[in-house]
Amino acid sequence: MSETEKEALNVVNIAKLDPKFRYEIEKMPGAEKISLCYQCGTCTADCAIARFSDFYKPRRIARMVQLGLKDRLLTNNALWLCSTCFTCIDHCPQDVEVSSIVRALRNLSTRENKEMPFVFKAFASNILKTSYVYVMPESRLRGREAQGLPPLPKPNLEHVAKIFDVTGFSSILEDAKTFEKVKARARD
Amino acid sequence: MAEPEYLFFLGCLIPYRVTSYEVSARKVLAKLNVRLTEMPDFNCCGFPMAPVSYDLALSLAARDLCLAEQKKLNILTLCNGCFGTLNEVNKALKEDKDLREKINGHLKQVGMEFKGTITIKHLVHALTEDIGLEKVKEFVKNPLTELRVAQHTGCHLVRPTRHVDHGDDPENPRLLKELIQLTGAECLDYIDEAECCGNTIIGVNEDVPFQIAKEKLEHIKDVGAQALVTVCPSCHMMYDFNQPRIERAFNVNFSMPVLHYTQLLGLAMGFPPEELNLDELRVKPAALLSLIQKENKKSP
Repeated sequence: MSETEKEALNVVNIAKLDPKFRYEIEKMPGAEKISLCYQCGTCTADCAIARFSDFYKPRRIARMVQLGLKDRLLTNNALWLCSTCFTCIDHCPQDVEVSSIVRALRNLSTRENKEMPFVFKAFASNILKTSYVYVMPESRLRGREAQGLPPLPKPNLEHVAKIFDVTGFSSILEDAKTFEKVKARARD
Repeated sequence: MAEPEYLFFLGCLIPYRVTSYEVSARKVLAKLNVRLTEMPDFNCCGFPMAPVSYDLALSLAARDLCLAEQKKLNILTLCNGCFGTLNEVNKALKEDKDLREKINGHLKQVGMEFKGTITIKHLVHALTEDIGLEKVKEFVKNPLTELRVAQHTGCHLVRPTRHVDHGDDPENPRLLKELIQLTGAECLDYIDEAECCGNTIIGVNEDVPFQIAKEKLEHIKDVGAQALVTVCPSCHMMYDFNQPRIERAFNVNFSMPVLHYTQLLGLAMGFPPEELNLDELRVKPAALLSLIQKENKKSP
């Protein structure tokens, strides 16, 4: 039995739905038009990722948001499989930006669950340390000089730290739990 | 026409791992009389932070935009991710007053204010719009007429269409094809040209991007391409750096060289391969280079 079938049998308890969830989501940038989705399925048909995952199907995610299946959405790590190719945004006849809705869900999951994939915690920590997503190896920096490339500018780490603080991300980052890899479940 | 001048936004991945793109781009752009001013104390464009905090991504991008506004120069970037993010945020902050006020509230903490006075260009736009295909073509000294290549434009250079005003068609990318054709090389069509490289999720899942990339490499090999040409360091990493891993994972052999467009153009302009850091590529383009050298010997 596939994950979808298992989940379909897992009867939705109406009392556990969050009918206001879609209004919470549509306040987030890019997610404004979630209520306009009429389930045509163009997004899933054209998604680069959907064929690899039972959960990550853009049309299904849009419906789950409309129904208020907040817990199921924010606790499924397959949410992190969107590669942001933006094909769903370009093709949607209703201008629903599913990829932006997924971004909103990921942001919410990060904030409420205080958890994110390890790679994002590493990237964020690096930006605070160096202003880049990577810590540039010394050999690379010396190599630039040898190749006649200009040195990288001295970063303004004070600015970067202030931006992390004022957006509230410093406190999320500090004690955020992480998970390593996300599995894409193949179709049965 | 005055020489085009830009503020050069290098981003993170290029100085970290893809020096060959920077070296070849600087050489080629200097030859085309493009003036590059180095970006002062920039930070990550914000793209990698959008999944965890869009507010943080917007603010990081906005700070970079303010630095360019202070320099009174338009930004030039070689990276699709940096282009997509800086361009989208620049447009959003120009058009959405509420968002601008919110982000300017954040920027006040670092003594900056977004005003909306500059634009963002990717290398492809600088070449096709500001310099012009005809002008670039004048610099081609060794037409690569023996070469048959395929192009991978990448997603963030063309999508979402509503944010990108450069006349390309995401379903049937045209600009990079025209840039390839002016080098004398043939640019082949293939089935999934508009497909994502998958590299953005490689940090959370390798199976899916490896599968997608494997399919694309198969398709371009099937149509007879001798190389793949990219204009993004992230797409390049997927097809070049990861190619041996993809070959191992699926027990296949591609040996498909993946060139930055600036390397292809540089070869056509007559730069020797070593000046374009072709030896830095993981998939060695030796066969391709001997083809080009033979071609050069033929020409008078």
